[in-house]
Amino acid sequence: MSKYIFAVYNDEDVLMQNIKPLRSQGVRIKEVFSPFPIHGMDHLIGHKRTRIAICSFIYGAIGCLLAIWMTQYMMIADWPMDIGGKPSFAYYKNVPAFVPIIFESAVFCAAHGMVLTFYLRSKTLPGVTAFVPDKRMTDDRFIMQVECNDASKKADLTNLLLKHGAEEVKEYGK
Amino acid sequence: MKNYTITKNNKILSFGLIAFGVVGIAYGFATDPTRTWASLLQSNFFLLAIALCGLFFYTFQFAAEAGWAAGILRVPLAMAQFLPHACVALLLIFIFGHHDLYHWTHAELYDKNSPHFDEILYGKKAFLNIPFFVIRLILYGIIWAGSAVLLRKYALEEDRVGGTENYWKTSKLSHVFLVLFAITSSTGAWDILMSVDAHWFSTLFGWYIFSGLFVTGLTVMGILTIYLKRNGYFPKVNENHIHDIGKYMFAFSIFWTYLWFSQFMLIWYANLPEEVAYYALRQEPELRPIFILNFVINFTIPFLVLMSRDSKRKENTVLVAGALMIIGHWLDVWLIVMPGIMGTHAHIGIIEIGATCFFAGLFLYVFFNSMSKTAVVPENHPMIEESYHFYL
Repeated sequence: MSKYIFAVYNDEDVLMQNIKPLRSQGVRIKEVFSPFPIHGMDHLIGHKRTRIAICSFIYGAIGCLLAIWMTQYMMIADWPMDIGGKPSFAYYKNVPAFVPIIFESAVFCAAHGMVLTFYLRSKTLPGVTAFVPDKRMTDDRFIMQVECNDASKKADLTNLLLKHGAEEVKEYGK
Repeated sequence: MKNYTITKNNKILSFGLIAFGVVGIAYGFATDPTRTWASLLQSNFFLLAIALCGLFFYTFQFAAEAGWAAGILRVPLAMAQFLPHACVALLLIFIFGHHDLYHWTHAELYDKNSPHFDEILYGKKAFLNIPFFVIRLILYGIIWAGSAVLLRKYALEEDRVGGTENYWKTSKLSHVFLVLFAITSSTGAWDILMSVDAHWFSTLFGWYIFSGLFVTGLTVMGILTIYLKRNGYFPKVNENHIHDIGKYMFAFSIFWTYLWFSQFMLIWYANLPEEVAYYALRQEPELRPIFILNFVINFTIPFLVLMSRDSKRKENTVLVAGALMIIGHWLDVWLIVMPGIMGTHAHIGIIEIGATCFFAGLFLYVFFNSMSKTAVVPENHPMIEESYHFYL
């Protein structure tokens, strides 16, 4: 497993400006923690675009099919219902009545699936200890997580980060 | 400051469309005047809606103090310049064609001794009578076209002197217009379109028409923006701006579907004869294919094509989806107007296409003409820098 050190910044503009020069000097930035979302940050630190939209589509499609099956079984097959005074008992003739259910089910599955996927992917399921390199990251500091596998180069890397606007460089939790 | 120059092709396109339209309309009046009036009303409303959406888009950018679109704001503004023409045409269509278009204008319906006496329409007489209707049409004309002309004046003034004074003037007028638009978009929809089926009513109709108007206008705006960009007038408009227009198109297509379905489902479910008549007619075997096609094009195409981020950022997919959506929403207006007047004898032929071409040609000419008189990019707009650096 990779080892990391954490550079603390007190201004997001300073942090943003220094990411490019740091990366061009071979510094590998794993993540940036900040008290609020910083627009364009994921792009700057080289994160790939999230694929959660694709998951969302798949979950939505599953929810849609689930509700189609459910309405067909409940309202047509198992206990045929006379819908709106139109006792046709055919699915395709009654489908307008089921569309709201299908829609809601698709939204329900997409939303919950997405939240669960997000939790799993970012390892923040309930009960899991949160990854907090520095408590001030929820207040007024911006923390950059930098890969540092070679202990001999740690001093160099620390100096480089300090030269590029970091307030201090520290290890996890200390 | 760069102005648009009308190219020869623009002129050929606009005048060609107008010429083809005149032929179609002349043929229509010679063969079937009622059908021609109906298609004139439908086409005029279709293009009026596009121009109105241009004005709506322009004003709410100011009301929201949005910066991303500052660079392309002259496109909706130029679209809105069609409003004076469209409003006058609408008034003329009503004055000369009301007997064919609107059943409620027939005097014998209100005569208690006449065999044609219509109790329902008699009850609606306070609202649906010719003098009040004409007053309302003129009022819409003043509000819509007046705002469009005034806003253009401020824009020209901004090009000339710079500063923020005209920005705030525009902003103030935008707020006033938006409030008036909220009312007139609904009442206009009742007057111009819903009163074609004067016995029928739907409380959702105003919103339904507004959503269709908004989608069509945004699509036309997107297509015109891409056209101008490809001709080198928008060097700083990039895929982020196209992405945002694509998002608008996608979102409001879903909104249109939502309202279309909400209106349809409640009427279908309740199955009340006076409400269901509207859909029963449009579900006759002659019209059913178009009824289904309308829903499929206007929902499925934008939903599937414009859903992913990548497709919204590519000009070509936006163009293809946009072209189909324009056809779809043309069918939507067609389905509202034509069966209401012609019953199951409503067709799509040279008359309908000609009438639309006539107004489309006029619209394009007015658009290009207006574009050539204001700067293409409002360089004195206070948020222009923000628009250049827009990132999505």
